[in-house]
Amino acid sequence: MSEPAPVQQTDEEPSDRTEEEIHRDTPEGARPPGASPGPGVTTGAESVVAALRTAGVELLFGVTGGAILPVYDALYDHDQITHITMAHEQGAVHAADAYGIVTGEPGVCMATSGPGATNLVTGIADASMDSDPLVALTGQVPTGFVGNDAFQETDTVGITQPVTKHNSFADDESTVGAEVGTAWALADAGRQGPTLVDLPKDITGASTDERPGEPETPDTYNPPTTAEPVMVEAAAETLATARRPLVLAGGGVIAGEATTELRGLAREYGLPVVTTMPGTGAFPQTAPLSQGIAGMHGTGYANMAVSNCDAMLAVGTRFDDRLTGDIETFAPDAEIVHVDIDPAEISKNVEADYPLVGDAGVVLGQLHRAIPDRPPAVEWRDQCQTWQDEYPLDYETPADEPLKPQHVVERFDTVTPDDTIVTAGVGQHQMWAWQHWTFTEPRTWVTSHGLGTMGYAVPAAIGAKLAAPDREVVAFDGDGSFLMTAQELTVAAREELNLTVVVLNNEAVGMVRQWQDGFHDGRRMASEYPWVPQFDAVAEAFGAKGLRAETYEGLEECIRTARAYDGPAVIDAAIDPEENVYPMVPGGGDNARFALDSDQLEGLQ
Amino acid sequence: MSRGELPGPPPDDRLHPDGRRNGQGIRVDPAEAEHPPERAVLSALVTHEPGVLAEISGLFSRRQFNIESLTVGPTADDDLARMTIVVEEPRPGIDQTKTQLEKRIPVVSVRELADDAVQRELVILKIEGDRPAQVNAITDMYDGRTLDAGPETVTVELTGSRSRIDDAIDAYSQFGVRELVRTGHAALARGEAPTAQVSQPNQAPTEAQVATEAVSDD
Repeated sequence: MSEPAPVQQTDEEPSDRTEEEIHRDTPEGARPPGASPGPGVTTGAESVVAALRTAGVELLFGVTGGAILPVYDALYDHDQITHITMAHEQGAVHAADAYGIVTGEPGVCMATSGPGATNLVTGIADASMDSDPLVALTGQVPTGFVGNDAFQETDTVGITQPVTKHNSFADDESTVGAEVGTAWALADAGRQGPTLVDLPKDITGASTDERPGEPETPDTYNPPTTAEPVMVEAAAETLATARRPLVLAGGGVIAGEATTELRGLAREYGLPVVTTMPGTGAFPQTAPLSQGIAGMHGTGYANMAVSNCDAMLAVGTRFDDRLTGDIETFAPDAEIVHVDIDPAEISKNVEADYPLVGDAGVVLGQLHRAIPDRPPAVEWRDQCQTWQDEYPLDYETPADEPLKPQHVVERFDTVTPDDTIVTAGVGQHQMWAWQHWTFTEPRTWVTSHGLGTMGYAVPAAIGAKLAAPDREVVAFDGDGSFLMTAQELTVAAREELNLTVVVLNNEAVGMVRQWQDGFHDGRRMASEYPWVPQFDAVAEAFGAKGLRAETYEGLEECIRTARAYDGPAVIDAAIDPEENVYPMVPGGGDNARFALDSDQLEGLQ
Repeated sequence: MSRGELPGPPPDDRLHPDGRRNGQGIRVDPAEAEHPPERAVLSALVTHEPGVLAEISGLFSRRQFNIESLTVGPTADDDLARMTIVVEEPRPGIDQTKTQLEKRIPVVSVRELADDAVQRELVILKIEGDRPAQVNAITDMYDGRTLDAGPETVTVELTGSRSRIDDAIDAYSQFGVRELVRTGHAALARGEAPTAQVSQPNQAPTEAQVATEAVSDD
């Protein structure tokens, strides 16, 4: 902005104004003379910080700005909360989101009013779709200006209302801390999700000595825990007598910390388990009962099992269209036992024959005790194994063709520890990472599921690394996704984060290109890049180690160098631009009619 | 076809289930027809604070729930407001409307009212004033009131059920209706049944809510 707008001048230099809210906007007004900046609370902003501290928050991801200044000022003397300054607000919200996924507790991001807040919106929507625990704190213009189209004013509460679990506009300095605590508690409790508190500058700047208590959800918020016993009995009977039983484990199993219960139940009753994309890691893919990953780019053997089962125990899943395909052909022979903590998910997309509303771990425990017998499913398990043999995730690596992306993923998986955290952007690279990495633990697969947000991988890797500093973090990104948030590498360099970004570079927005080839007669409009930057050089300029892999031998060297490097490293992997993601169920298609190649895809249309 | 050493059968040759679901995700066998749209009256108690109406109306538009009317007003408890929402949806859509409403944090309780609920709507009509006596006759017939009468227009007020108001508007239309405004439905459960009741068994009613119900029932 070349010329400061008049309103901005009043915002920053309010001395000639007389309104009370403008006086309270000044730093002098923010802290009464004589008040100590010690542990006591003297301002709304300090109350906000105290609320975060009471909630156990240790890390914040944010970008500063005018309207949020009082909160940043309150952080200045604070040694228990570390603020990670991100390059862009989208980076802050994705990093906080990934931090929440890895730790299980809300990640917290901060931004100023106006563009700061609107830049958070994509990441808040992402967290909303995936039920990730997240708290967003946004600055707002002083309340006296609200509604007057002031400098950097947006209706943040209005804009974020559809994509938050709850949001609020703080209008009282004596309760602002409690409001932030409530936002944190709501993001954490029940079905997790994003919350937001909008913080007008006069409220955070105003004097108050109200110290917020422990974070508490409102009286009206009582998420269910235990399912109706009658329904549990009926569901247990159905599962015990099923000939083709299947567990569909969704992200709720991980969010609900119910993986132990799930593993125990599946093993005791011999139930094959498929996972959704967010549920990946809820059940070890190395276990004999693992039937893989289901959905549009899931494995053939998972989708065959989904289509042909006669009883489905679906836990913590919302039956997204990328999972179900055509709803009319989704598990049409199956009686569905749907376990979910959110009553609104019951029969939303697929009718639940046995709705079990409650906490995943608790309800799986109820079921475990209630199921009378192992179901007669020996033949079914054999059939599931046959499908695994018939539809392996396979690919070839001809010497005369460029690097295959699947190989890059598999090599990293082989050399890294089991508890390595994988983040990904959105597109082909994400699907290859999902398909070809063997996930055995929850909270190791961190990506954008429901919203499909390109650019998620790099900031998510930062959040994941800060959440688990002792574990290895690998981000798989596409060249298209990488270009959307690559600047966050500067944060990884500044914070000396030891992580590796692998750009599976096919010089295209590859998934769109694949759809154009499959469904638009190969008319590759706006999906191929006639030129891309040198990502290794970009990485070096941003303070990371830059590497480029063009051959299989070169890849091995790059993997060794990147992992040994103490700090962020980027491998620009020049992959085969013609490689596509298979299996594939066309949008709205029948899961059992997945295509294994372009010929089969052609035949489905 | 070079992928995989053991490529399984192509799409049409695989094992396929016999059954089907309908567009609402309900298994067609055992046979059950698609649910036709029906009309339901929902009564919701919400916290009485700014932004709640926008939150609820936004919920209806973004989830494409069809609503016939939505009214909101204070209750006997200053902290709570009551919304009466008339929806027209197939049964699964009505259930989904209720659970989505209940999920919003400011919503204290949601209840679908029985068909015999006491339902009233208010309409104000501005009618051409050429034949005031005949207009008055219809107003009397529908137990209405004349609010304003001038040389050009007569303005009347009527209260009643939806069908009764529809009939009245039909009757007035012969004179020429210049403008009208309808409030949408307000409704309470008939008899001793409380209008707002917590439908989730593990969700205890708040003191404010219990108090409101006690007062509304008097």
